[in-house]
Amino acid sequence: MPDRILSYAEAIREATFQAMEDNDQVIVIGEGVPDPKNIFGTTIGLQEKFGPDRVFDMPLSENGVTGICIGAAQAGLRPLMVHQRIDFMLLAMDQLVNHAAKWHFLFGKGAEIPLVIRAIIGRGWGQGPQHAQSLQALFAHIPGLRVVMPSSAYDAKGMLIGAINDNNPVIFLEHRWLHQITGNVPSNYYAESLEGAKVIRKGAMVTIAAFSYMLIEAIRAAEWLATQDIEVEIIDMRVVRPLDMDTVLMSIEKTGRLLVLDTAWKTGGISAEIVAGVTEKAMKHLKCAPVRLTLPDLPAPTASSLTETYYPEAEQVAEAVLRLLDIDDNNVIAGAKALARTGNRDVPNADFTGPF
Amino acid sequence: MLRIRRIEEAVAQRYHEQEMRCPVHLSIGQEAVAVGVCAALSDDDIVYSGHRSHAHYLAKGGDLTALIAELYGKASGCSGGRGGSMHIVDHKIGFWGATPIVAGTVPIAVGAAWAAKLQNSSRIVTIFFGDGCFEEGVMHESLNFAALHQLPVLFVCENNGYSVYTNLQSRQPHRSISALASAHGVNSISGDGNDVMFVNQQSSDAIKRIHNGEGPQFLEFSTFRWLEHCGPNNDDDLGYRDEGELASWQERCPIELALGQLNASSVALDQEDVEKDINAEIISAFNTAQCADPPVVGDYCEYA
Ligand SMILES: Cc1ncc(C[n+]2csc(CCOP(=O)(O)OP(=O)(O)O)c2C)c(N)n1
Ligand SMILES: [Mg+2]
Repeated sequence: MPDRILSYAEAIREATFQAMEDNDQVIVIGEGVPDPKNIFGTTIGLQEKFGPDRVFDMPLSENGVTGICIGAAQAGLRPLMVHQRIDFMLLAMDQLVNHAAKWHFLFGKGAEIPLVIRAIIGRGWGQGPQHAQSLQALFAHIPGLRVVMPSSAYDAKGMLIGAINDNNPVIFLEHRWLHQITGNVPSNYYAESLEGAKVIRKGAMVTIAAFSYMLIEAIRAAEWLATQDIEVEIIDMRVVRPLDMDTVLMSIEKTGRLLVLDTAWKTGGISAEIVAGVTEKAMKHLKCAPVRLTLPDLPAPTASSLTETYYPEAEQVAEAVLRLLDIDDNNVIAGAKALARTGNRDVPNADFTGPF
Repeated sequence: MLRIRRIEEAVAQRYHEQEMRCPVHLSIGQEAVAVGVCAALSDDDIVYSGHRSHAHYLAKGGDLTALIAELYGKASGCSGGRGGSMHIVDHKIGFWGATPIVAGTVPIAVGAAWAAKLQNSSRIVTIFFGDGCFEEGVMHESLNFAALHQLPVLFVCENNGYSVYTNLQSRQPHRSISALASAHGVNSISGDGNDVMFVNQQSSDAIKRIHNGEGPQFLEFSTFRWLEHCGPNNDDDLGYRDEGELASWQERCPIELALGQLNASSVALDQEDVEKDINAEIISAFNTAQCADPPVVGDYCEYA
């Protein structure tokens, strides 16, 4: 089949359209869903097509509306709720954690909650401590929730459809900097599994397990590393809960070296869970201590100068791989350093002017 | 008011240089609420605000250079470059913080008022927020607590009719915000937020009632945001507001109204002189901010 290239944001939009066409019980609600900016373009034309009885703006009532969506879901609707920032979802923790995650477990058949919550992780342009958090680990801690973080346009579409079809509450996390990436997206309606990581690059020397946007940095690093005859295996983790440890363990058996990349903090982060799983189950295969590359344990900075050291990128990924392999050749290290982007790290590239 | 207007205009004008690398929510068109309320406060009184807070900060007496430096992400910024436009503070003048999670600072202000009561302090606490706050549960929980404990807090709602691109009618049923505050047992008044004298009078009266032990007070002022929700531009072309709505509010510019009131009361004001002083102050603040040092990475761990 010929490639059909869409952006991640367009893939999300297409998934929403097709899921709404497929099942008339699917409704969409979120602050700004039908407004002129349409959640960074991901809901353009939705209300025009499906009408105001299926596509809603909402009051600034994140907790209440989450509960309202839980009730609507139990009654048979399939709500897709959207937050422009994951930070706003914190207001809804009670309904999500105390209620959505427990309902089916407590009340069994007839108490399924087919609710999907899309939330965007911000980064850049001085959004700072309250608009740029990466909170996947909070949700991943909760039995009863599914948490996915697609990193490709293909998965963005397939996993959103999969999430809408799923009978559990699903937290669907989109990194803002992924919205612009492009990839092959088939035009048909397809659902991807909400479980399982994917090996997206084969290599025998180091296993890189990457979450969300960090996959993009991993690929950038891997391409350069290959020019140095260093072959890394990259796993797109895709799902934060349930974590697919088997795929990681299989790769570790081959490489014996682990680098975990996360968009979030280190302490209590999902990267710790992967390292723990590997040391529990594959200690004998490890040739050296696993390494985590995450954000420092500090709130997201606002000043653009501080973003330089806050966010690890391809350069740091490549350096970590060299350290794992004990490569200390100064020429090679200089090559890794040369991966550093010129320009500000508070934008994905010079063309990106927001909105953020 | 004129000073706040010119400062916000300067931010808007220079935003395109891409050196103020943070989201900005400007208050152009809404200055009278900030000025009218803050002029009625004492130096010891405390103010909190939300995402659209430059005017509140400045009206309370916040340091201009530190504000501009904050927008430029500099170490000398009012929050040390950690906050940008959306997280500002000036403890010296009783501006205890503004942060952009809608309604997030409302209970915090109530807590500061609770402390004032428990500590037998005569200070009152003012919290500025938008119409959107009324949709958040924590707003109602805060009103309830403030009324229950009869706290010295002044709730000030700047009702500009919109939350981002969504009008009030699409978010709240047909009933008034101040009536709902009254239903919580908080004495409430509503009126014209573009008339600074009216705002000031209502604020002074409300503050007197607080000092008389009449408990928390609620003021709802209608006003209008002239520029886009977030950013330096006019976005009226997007069509989310009724045609002519902006123009009709601009005809009732709070600054023009105040100038008219000054003329009528024959207060002598040499606007040209005032403008000159303001302009010089703004230029100096921007120059200082631009030349200032960025935060030191090593210091970023402090308080963490
Ligand atoms: C809890 C939460 N939900 C959503 C947002 C996004 N947001 C930021 S400002 C804003 C509009 C708030 O409207 P209003 O309170 O009326 O203030 P205005 O912008 O009109 O001054 C929204 C929805 C947020 N910051 N926090
Ligand atoms: Mg408003």
